[in-house]
Amino acid sequence: MTDFIASAGVYLPILLKGVWLTIAVTLLSLGLATLLGLIWALFRTSGIRWLALATRIFVEFVRGVPILVVLFYIYFVMPEFGLDLTAFQAGVVGLALTYSCYIGETFRAGIEAVDKGQVEAAKSIGMKTPMMMRRVVLPQAFRIVVPPYANNMVMLLKDSSQVSVISVAELTMQGKMLASSTFDNMTVFTLVALLYLCLTIPLNFAMRRVEVAMGSAK
Amino acid sequence: MIKLEDVHKSFGDHEVLKGVDAEIDKGQVVCLIGPSGSGKSTLLRCINGLETYQSGQISVDGERVDVASPRIHDIRTRVSMVFQRFNLFPHRTAIENVMEGPRYVLKQEQASARQKAEQLLVRVGLEDKLDAYPSALSGGQQQRVAIARALAMEPEAILFDEPTSALDPEMVGEVLQVMRALAEEHMTMLVVTHEILFAREVADSVLFLDGGRIVEEGPAGEVLRQPKNERTQDFLRRVTHPV
Ligand SMILES: Nc1ncnc2c1ncn2[C@@H]1O[C@H](COP(=O)(O)OP(=O)(O)O)[C@@H](O)[C@H]1O
Ligand SMILES: [Mg+2]
Repeated sequence: MTDFIASAGVYLPILLKGVWLTIAVTLLSLGLATLLGLIWALFRTSGIRWLALATRIFVEFVRGVPILVVLFYIYFVMPEFGLDLTAFQAGVVGLALTYSCYIGETFRAGIEAVDKGQVEAAKSIGMKTPMMMRRVVLPQAFRIVVPPYANNMVMLLKDSSQVSVISVAELTMQGKMLASSTFDNMTVFTLVALLYLCLTIPLNFAMRRVEVAMGSAK
Repeated sequence: MIKLEDVHKSFGDHEVLKGVDAEIDKGQVVCLIGPSGSGKSTLLRCINGLETYQSGQISVDGERVDVASPRIHDIRTRVSMVFQRFNLFPHRTAIENVMEGPRYVLKQEQASARQKAEQLLVRVGLEDKLDAYPSALSGGQQQRVAIARALAMEPEAILFDEPTSALDPEMVGEVLQVMRALAEEHMTMLVVTHEILFAREVADSVLFLDGGRIVEEGPAGEVLRQPKNERTQDFLRRVTHPV
């Protein structure tokens, strides 16, 4: 145990560098995935047949491919089409693309769960679709969407470890490098796991608070 | 003011409206009655441009109601609708519900929209519920907010789709009271209802819709007291003397 604490003191500063990168990758890809997810959801509920279908096909494709393959594709294949991204950028884009499809599906379900009578009431006072979405449908869909969105957020944080395969030096990658240079697998990966828990547990807790607050506001 | 000429409407190959002709003049109160499934709601929804129709013509002030036209939004601001299940915006208070259209569709100033909304809520007897959310209101109160919301658009006509059918019996009266007052102020109204007493008392004329056709129409007294059509007689017997 004293060994563990002594080595932890040495490893932690190195691993913390990875933590910051994990946070950066997670936040950036979450922002991008949320924006894209909203766009996919609006396309899919637009009532414009070809747009809804094209989006659906795209979403099904991305959801059917492992994140690792998406990351490899963006990092190694896209340069051949002239899109040359750094590992960090490719990692963010790959995670964002994948999660935009999961998040988009939960947004779509949320929008579709809003009572059709709301749409009719909005239309009957002369609202056009964009305003109806903004002022009537989305605020109501938002409440429905918070729990699955929170879930996706935690999954994304954990899946950010996948970008280590294209050599982004986030927490998991730092752990792997540290372990292979010290051969102290037990201490290093225990620390890595604990650091992930330090991120996910407060996140879960915060989201539960938000859910409770929103539940009582209704 | 509202005119329907040979309106046909189908859902897939199920024809719901089979050639409806009707005319509602300015200041008139017309009650639309008929058995469930006869197409009453569909007819109202077509007038408000919430449904398309396949042939014939619906016009408001001589302007064709066409869902595909960009003018549809303007027509909807001139003809308001009150729904069976109220359809208030649950995330907004009573006064915000009423202000929503004037403020954001008609782009009125916040202060004047609010003042007008307040007056309307006073008019429907809800002066003490301005800041209540719909979930905190009874059905009758919600429907009165919905009527105030419709009035806030200063419409030329209001369509009511069974405004009291979703209410507990003790709340029907307060909503009919508000509608009666509107009729006295010569609001143009097309009301789908099973409240035969209300129709007899308030309506100028009555349309009886059955199987997608208007099978009888005329002054309220005549149609409701001495219906000529057998189906009308049958229907009235059933709604006035429920078994
Ligand atoms: N969106 C829809 N899709 C398919 N059929 C519908 C739809 N809306 C109504 N109908 C059908 O049209 C008929 C008339 O319905 P409706 O206008 O609601 O009648 P009412 O209001 O007189 O009870 C019914 O047979 C109903 O099943
Ligand atoms: Mg109906």
